[in-house]
Amino acid sequence: MIPELGHFALILALCLAIVQAIFPLIGSLNNTPGWVNLAKPAAMGQFFFLAIAFAALVQSFIANDFSVLYVAQHGNTQLPLVYKISAVWGAHEGSLLLWALILGTWTLAVSLFSRSLPAEMLARVLAIMGMISIGFLSFMLFTSNPFERLIPAALEGGELNPLLQDFGLAIHPPMLYMGYVGLSVAFSFAIAALIGGKLDTAWARWSRPWTLIAWVFLTIGITLGSWWAYYELGWGGWWFWDPVENASFMPWLAGTALIHSLAVTEKRGAFRRWTVLLALMAFSLSLLGTFLVRSGVLTSVHAFASDPERGLFILVFLSVVIGGSLVLYAWRAPDIPKGGGFSMLSRESLLLGNNLLLIVTLAFVLLGTLAPLLYEAMGWGKISVGFPYFNKMFVMLMPLMVLIMAAGPLTRWKQQNPDTLLKNLRLPFIISIVSGIIVALPAISGSLSAGIAVALSVWLLTTLLTSARQRLRNKNLSAIAHDIANRGGRSYYGMWLAHIGIAVFIIGITFVTQFDVEKDIRMSPGQEVSLNDFVFRFEGVEPKKGANYQSQFGTMRVLKNNKEIAILHPEKRTYQVQKKPMTEAGINAGFLRDIYVSLGEPLGKGDWSLRLYYKPFVRWIWLGGLLIAAGGFLAASDPRYRMKVARKFKPGAQSNQSSTVLAGNA
Amino acid sequence: MNGLKHFFWLACLLTSLAAHAGLEEFDFTKNVAEDRFKDLISEVRCLVCQNQSLADSDAELAQDLRKEVYDLMEKGQSDPEIVSFLVERYGDFVLYNPPVNSSTWLLWFGPFVLLGLGLIILLRTLGKRGKQTEPEFSDQDKSRLQQILGKPKKDEQ
Amino acid sequence: MPRFIRFLLPLFAFLALATLLYRGLSIDPKRVPSPLIGKPAPAFSLPTLENPEIQLSQNDLKNEVSLFNVWATWCVACRHEHPVLMQLAQTGIPIYGLDYKDNLPDARRWLTQFGNPYRANAFDEEGRVGINWGVYGTPETFIVDKKGIIRHKHIGPLTSEVVKNDILPLIKQLQGTDG
Repeated sequence: MIPELGHFALILALCLAIVQAIFPLIGSLNNTPGWVNLAKPAAMGQFFFLAIAFAALVQSFIANDFSVLYVAQHGNTQLPLVYKISAVWGAHEGSLLLWALILGTWTLAVSLFSRSLPAEMLARVLAIMGMISIGFLSFMLFTSNPFERLIPAALEGGELNPLLQDFGLAIHPPMLYMGYVGLSVAFSFAIAALIGGKLDTAWARWSRPWTLIAWVFLTIGITLGSWWAYYELGWGGWWFWDPVENASFMPWLAGTALIHSLAVTEKRGAFRRWTVLLALMAFSLSLLGTFLVRSGVLTSVHAFASDPERGLFILVFLSVVIGGSLVLYAWRAPDIPKGGGFSMLSRESLLLGNNLLLIVTLAFVLLGTLAPLLYEAMGWGKISVGFPYFNKMFVMLMPLMVLIMAAGPLTRWKQQNPDTLLKNLRLPFIISIVSGIIVALPAISGSLSAGIAVALSVWLLTTLLTSARQRLRNKNLSAIAHDIANRGGRSYYGMWLAHIGIAVFIIGITFVTQFDVEKDIRMSPGQEVSLNDFVFRFEGVEPKKGANYQSQFGTMRVLKNNKEIAILHPEKRTYQVQKKPMTEAGINAGFLRDIYVSLGEPLGKGDWSLRLYYKPFVRWIWLGGLLIAAGGFLAASDPRYRMKVARKFKPGAQSNQSSTVLAGNA
Repeated sequence: MNGLKHFFWLACLLTSLAAHAGLEEFDFTKNVAEDRFKDLISEVRCLVCQNQSLADSDAELAQDLRKEVYDLMEKGQSDPEIVSFLVERYGDFVLYNPPVNSSTWLLWFGPFVLLGLGLIILLRTLGKRGKQTEPEFSDQDKSRLQQILGKPKKDEQ
Repeated sequence: MPRFIRFLLPLFAFLALATLLYRGLSIDPKRVPSPLIGKPAPAFSLPTLENPEIQLSQNDLKNEVSLFNVWATWCVACRHEHPVLMQLAQTGIPIYGLDYKDNLPDARRWLTQFGNPYRANAFDEEGRVGINWGVYGTPETFIVDKKGIIRHKHIGPLTSEVVKNDILPLIKQLQGTDG
């Protein structure tokens, strides 16, 4: 009964999405307030039914209802409760339902928190989001129904993939989807503005917080995925340039370019066409990612069960959405006026430069990901493009980005005196070069890469400090608090925090790559092995029973200077249904280093093959990611985005300016 | 997916989780350097479990190929020679590091061409913007501005 | 006119991408084509299954257009392709086998039980010859021409369709020439 309810709720949600997509849009073009005002209730109704559908699927998993095909494939009576729930989005059909639910949530949020938006603009935004909902709901209802029945019902479920039975991986998709789907808000705002023919700074100010929050979620999602891969997969890697990972990185890159471009459009009215294009691109890349993961076009560990038929549906949907948006762009963009002028050396020009580098990065990630497909389709042979390509490219472009990133905050809008800038940059430059050289010295690290990474990070940090000093000069503590609490301050401090995150991230990835130590070894119980300053004493492996698995439970004592600092428990687990063994690494996490042990194979007589790792600074990678996300969140919370403003909606009026045009200027 | 493919995919996915056995069977004390061996096999794709490198995969073919690479290294072959041994038999697909040749110039140089083009466009745009004056107010806007500011009308600046 | 074009560029770029993705839907990304096509069959010399005293080498594949089929008793798909091979053998086309990483008694029993379509079978216990032929997943079938050049590789089990559409036409074509 409940699955049918869920199915029915989905159908109702689709109907409401259709209403939400059609009537408000036409109403806004014909100035029919009745139709325009349908948008909000339609959005609320759609969310309501999506929530019911999702709850129905969750309930089916919790109740072990194996008469539902999807539950029979991925559920199991022995699964712990939390994984019964996360199994809901563990595979194709359920993850689509999560996508739709999250889209419904963002739509609801936009409808509730846009009081300063003119009604017709809101109507158009919601209508576009409704169209996207139609796409996903139809995809589900016509090709990938999570509520499909299995008659006769299975006696036991196929079990959630053991890889996914993990907290980190349980929340990784929801975070990512919040990001992917959130970018549809910026997309819808852009389309709505193109339709209305009005792309002023108000549009940029409305879009910006939504875009920032979506980008923050995407950052968190990607960071989580990297962290999870590190501790779960057993060999300490944290990024593989796998096609699906790239599919999440590309919207992030476009999103980063977008939030910077929006800053310029909001402040100076410049780059409007480019910002609109970026807004369209960011969500398009989200959709492209969805296609790549579910169509079977690329080989990837992450891919859902690949199905070219489903792939075709997504491709058609993608083409309509992206193609349609680009046609609209080609039609309307020429009429968008240029914004304020600025000189060759200005914050605008540096932000443009940064945008260029981000786009080139996006280009090589896209190129590398699709190259195997391109080459095979063109008959140029079969190649594969893996981490060596992406790493080399990334390492070449990243320093350029850091150089510009650091100079940006120190450069004035519109026109910067080159001499003043150079004067401000001189001390940071000297300190960076000196730090880099010191670190690169054989006595310290002997690594040129480490030296360069340190130089770049110090360059970022010192320029940020210089900029902060200028901003906070002559301010006492309460003035600073005031600065943070009120309009305009937070986007600065957010930027500050996020850029520090980048510096931390650079140190993390370089140091762990350059200085990690790995040892493959055979050990007998009682044997000791040393690695760097640490002594590892193997205490053997014993069998243990877990909730739904059998474990080979290892114990490894780690000592430093003869003092025990950790007891690690690497495991090899065999889950009930999917019998192949899975490793759980034993990790001693630290701020400056991780110690990591994983079990290999039993070699007889209690001996085991083991891998021991020393990973310096690895946590800085994810710390960097979290700082970036925190910075974005701080910037999004700027009160100027929540200013209450008197609205004027006059039916028949040519334009509906909100009076924030006068008030907004930060 | 049919049953066989499903089994294959699952086997590969789950073997990826087993910390790879097999490397301690090789003797790294004599001619073959451990680091060099590891670097080499991590840049080669396993053709059975195509998402894993030769270093990570437990597939039988991967074990055979690891042994083959070890033997070649022991015989004193250089990295490029070992790489071409594999490419002759399995094609360029076996390399994670795409070769740099005339057919892959798009891959390796494309981004930089794009960067160069972008830079040219950027500099031209900057040049134009620098000379651009601020958008002029229309007369109607100007008088509206005066009204709001509450000042008497002035002549143009 | 040029100005208008500039704004259409993103759309054109996308259409190119969409076309590529559409093509991608009909390509199997896991299939690895062989670099040996057009090259001489890799040299080998292995004992045969039937009689370990006798060796089979790549020279035995010359003078006639022949098939070289890589199989094993542990390979489920090979079992499915076996009847197709039996039928092919009856047409007179020489089929040579490479028994890949197999167990000798099992292999002999298999052929006795299910039939032997092969002129001769090379026994590649260690798989080294397989590696030289670029074998990555059984079954695989090569078409070798009269001069001993590899002309085609089929990955996966042979079906009557594949035989009708790909294998037989090429064999006829090669038989008509000297190579």
